[in-house]
Amino acid sequence: MRTICSIIRIHLRWIVRTPFYDIHKSLGAKIVNFHGWEMPLQYSGIMDEHVNVRTNVGLFDVSHMGRFEIKGQPSFACLQTLVTNDLEKLADHQALYSPICYEDGGIVDDIIAYRLGRDNYLVVVNASNRSKDFEWISKHLKSADLEDISDRTGLLAIQGPRASDLLQKLVETDLQSVKPFHIVDTKIDKIECMLSRTGYTGEDGFELFFDSSKIEIWDKLMQYAKIFGIKPSGLGARDTLRLEAGLMLYGNDMDENTTPLEVPLKWTVSLDKKQEFIGKKALIHSRPSRKLVGFEVLEKRIARHGNKVLMKGVEVGFVTSGNFSPTLRKSIGFCFVPIEVSQDQSIEIDIGGKHYEAKTTGTRFYKRKESMQQ
Amino acid sequence: MSSELKFTKEHEWIKIKEGVAIIGISDFAQEQLGDIVSIELPKAGGVFRQGQTMAIVDSVKASSDIYAPISGEIIEVNEGLIEKPEMINQSPYDSGWIAKIKPSNMEEEFESLMTKEKYDRYIGEIK
Repeated sequence: MRTICSIIRIHLRWIVRTPFYDIHKSLGAKIVNFHGWEMPLQYSGIMDEHVNVRTNVGLFDVSHMGRFEIKGQPSFACLQTLVTNDLEKLADHQALYSPICYEDGGIVDDIIAYRLGRDNYLVVVNASNRSKDFEWISKHLKSADLEDISDRTGLLAIQGPRASDLLQKLVETDLQSVKPFHIVDTKIDKIECMLSRTGYTGEDGFELFFDSSKIEIWDKLMQYAKIFGIKPSGLGARDTLRLEAGLMLYGNDMDENTTPLEVPLKWTVSLDKKQEFIGKKALIHSRPSRKLVGFEVLEKRIARHGNKVLMKGVEVGFVTSGNFSPTLRKSIGFCFVPIEVSQDQSIEIDIGGKHYEAKTTGTRFYKRKESMQQ
Repeated sequence: MSSELKFTKEHEWIKIKEGVAIIGISDFAQEQLGDIVSIELPKAGGVFRQGQTMAIVDSVKASSDIYAPISGEIIEVNEGLIEKPEMINQSPYDSGWIAKIKPSNMEEEFESLMTKEKYDRYIGEIK
């Protein structure tokens, strides 16, 4: 047996650990090197963790993600020129998802900006892009201050239909009042933390920011394992969950050679916002020739990043993400196809030199039932 | 009469029973792959040389080639795996078997495989 391709690409440049590394090890997690981070791929198993997040609640260590603080004047104006989405949409204690683009419209990264005050933001970026983003943002900040606070903060995600009930046991703040993409300062026992109703799984859930020395937060959340079924969940489940939910992954589904108009992120490009932003000119004039769609493989194989997509034997695109959907029990993924291709069209996917039948679909394979307004 | 299990460096196992080789992947291999979600089986009648790809398994983590541990003709495949590929995870040495091969060069090739003790030492080293 030899593994041909795996979902986690190996990088050997440097190795870093999150404050929760010892906990992962003690729980018997399978550890992988993810862009230089030694991260838990799985604990009880990807499938089991995936299903548990869809039915109960999962606990993810996402402390590897980059966290920047942008403070002082003119933070608002500078950040507004960096993001394609419109920061004006935010009141204090609200969060916004947005790509950041180069002048040519290629994507630097996709981020979440949390507005703590008019000129005070917390920006969360992909772990793989931390240093690149820091450089890019600092170039455009004028007199505003940029600080990488990743190392002195911890970040945990609590995701699933029972996330809210579980957290309510630990915080005094009424969580019903915290809407999606809203944040609140709160305390878990005496530990100060910032709670944000965001996530990357397609479920209701929260992300928790706190001082990196307060690793006891992990046990405080896990003490409710019996009541709420919370289970530690790794990067493997995080990947299958986000795929089912139609959420893009930087490096797989988009990169500097992709514009937000080619992937389903048109809603994050605010061409009519008052301030100019980097990439706007290129995006206004761009006429995308390809688009990212979902697909379902009709035969029993899993397509992976890089597999060729064909129509009537002619190569027309490639797979950006693919895996098994534990919820739908199907082989699903995202791929680039020519712009004129519609849904439900037959395509073929080349997996290891053989062509397998597939069809195009939407990118959102899973939508939770009692979907909250976003 | 059936032989003891023998293993390849690529983590296939093989057992000889009444002149037929039963083939699967080791417990270590299924553990490394994680939840197996599909398998592409060879066709009965297919002829493989030792080391040739004879099947492919997909897990939620990875896709892996399964190599023929010895040369020969496929006489039966485990069709049950098509609907229940997770049997490889649950029972890699029993109901998770993959194929049966009629060996064409057994004496020579069987010797090149590892005993259980040797294989355990080998995975101890690569872990």
